[in-house]
Amino acid sequence: MSIEEIQNEIIDEFSMFEDWEERYQYMIDLGKDLPLIEDQYKTDSNIIKGCQSKVWVHAEMQDDKLVFTADSDAIITKGIIAILIRTFSNQHPKDIIHSETDFIDKIGLKEHLSPTRANGLISMIKQLKMYAIAYQTQLK
Amino acid sequence: MINVEDIRKDFPILSRKVNGKPLVYFDNAATSQTPKQVIDVIVDYYSNYNANIHRGVHTLSQEATDLYEQARYKIQAHFNAKFSHEIIFTSGTTHGINLVANGFSSLLKKGDDIIVSALEHHSNIVPWQMLCERTGATLKVIPMNDDGELVMSEFDKLLSANTKLVFTNHVSNALGTVNPIEYIIEKAHEVGAAVLIDGAQSAPHIKPDVQKLDVDFYVVSAHKMCGPTGVGALYGKEAWLKKLPPYQGGGEMIAEVTFEKTTYAELPHKFEAGTPNIAGGIVFGAAIDYMNNIGFEAIANYENELLEYATEKLLNIEGLKIYGTSKHKTSVISFNLEGIHPYDVGTILDKLGIAVRTGHHCAQPIMDYYKIPGTVRASLAFYNTKAEIDSLVEGVKKAKMMLA
Repeated sequence: MSIEEIQNEIIDEFSMFEDWEERYQYMIDLGKDLPLIEDQYKTDSNIIKGCQSKVWVHAEMQDDKLVFTADSDAIITKGIIAILIRTFSNQHPKDIIHSETDFIDKIGLKEHLSPTRANGLISMIKQLKMYAIAYQTQLK
Repeated sequence: MINVEDIRKDFPILSRKVNGKPLVYFDNAATSQTPKQVIDVIVDYYSNYNANIHRGVHTLSQEATDLYEQARYKIQAHFNAKFSHEIIFTSGTTHGINLVANGFSSLLKKGDDIIVSALEHHSNIVPWQMLCERTGATLKVIPMNDDGELVMSEFDKLLSANTKLVFTNHVSNALGTVNPIEYIIEKAHEVGAAVLIDGAQSAPHIKPDVQKLDVDFYVVSAHKMCGPTGVGALYGKEAWLKKLPPYQGGGEMIAEVTFEKTTYAELPHKFEAGTPNIAGGIVFGAAIDYMNNIGFEAIANYENELLEYATEKLLNIEGLKIYGTSKHKTSVISFNLEGIHPYDVGTILDKLGIAVRTGHHCAQPIMDYYKIPGTVRASLAFYNTKAEIDSLVEGVKKAKMMLA
């Protein structure tokens, strides 16, 4: 599936929730199900700065696709990461670079995009795209 | 006695909704809310008196100057300083600390000791580290215990003839502990050291008497005392303020300027370079009036009642641990739910309209001591109610249910 198709799928899933509680409970459950990053990648250099909770992201190329694994010590943050990974992992770097991120707004998580939010959703997206740019350069 | 329902009518913000729920504001240690009596003074100043002060011969300038200087008298009276020129207007506590730290640069040398407490806010750690880097002096730390109290027997051991300065907050922002500053000041003075007390967290709850305390410097921020942001005050003993060099150069702080030499203005203007936050200073005075009209004894009694109620109710939640369990506390409760990150709890509470602080509260050394990433901090004020505490307790239970 393309990034856009996955995003539309996520928007559909979230549209079924009636209130914030259901939405957050879903994210919390996603966070609990997130496959953990391997311990060897939980290094200081893989920490995304600007988050109140700790977030580690590791990226590696498998064939021509970029695969992300990640973890956080806060569960809601993990849920947000799970959504981002579902969207961007296993995709071509150039598709990641050119993808839109307004689906975050459409699934009712706009508040997490505010620069004052300490979970750093913006930092996370930026970091994923930075990895994509770095690997895309290598591909050329 | 506090009539909280009447008091709440003074605060327009308390009737707004957040995420569809009535706002429960428990982040008072970060900034307090502003009553309409204080907001009115901001409007009145800009509507009727706005002018630059101290220099104009015209009526507006003189009226604005009078208002600004009256505010200084109010602050002097509130803290019981001996002279009004011992009150320096600042942009806030951090500015006050930096002003003093900078002034001591020329008075310290290698081999001198500076003592700081383990309970400090980063703003009362970093300026002293920078001062040590500049002068070669050594920074020593009064350790804390599991209750979040400073260990005075260890403080006694740190003191020596080399001790030149001692710094501590009056009340810890992260835990609410009220530190034994009377003892600290007395012991520091015995070895000839000066003492600076960070009063940012105490001033909203306790009315300090700087002469009785015999403290050398006491710094506060207006925005924690129902006043505006960007203004605060430094109290300094006259002798010390005369001894310290100016912090910033500019207008207002000079007596005479030629390209060969500048002579500095008398206190307090020596430390007030440039056009100050005139409205802020005047409004700070109004905020102090507002709090004094309610009365600090009544405020302390009521907040203590809230603290006891909240502590008891929160401790009934299984797996909830409170950090900072000193007998001497202001109305701050720092806590965690077992196995749950404070950020998650804060996020759920926000969805319920409850404002708390999460994180390390700019006091990482305290979090390191407890080996935790941070806490959820509910800080209560005299306009909060027991019903709001009940909402917090229900919110925490809900967060626990969703997150566990």
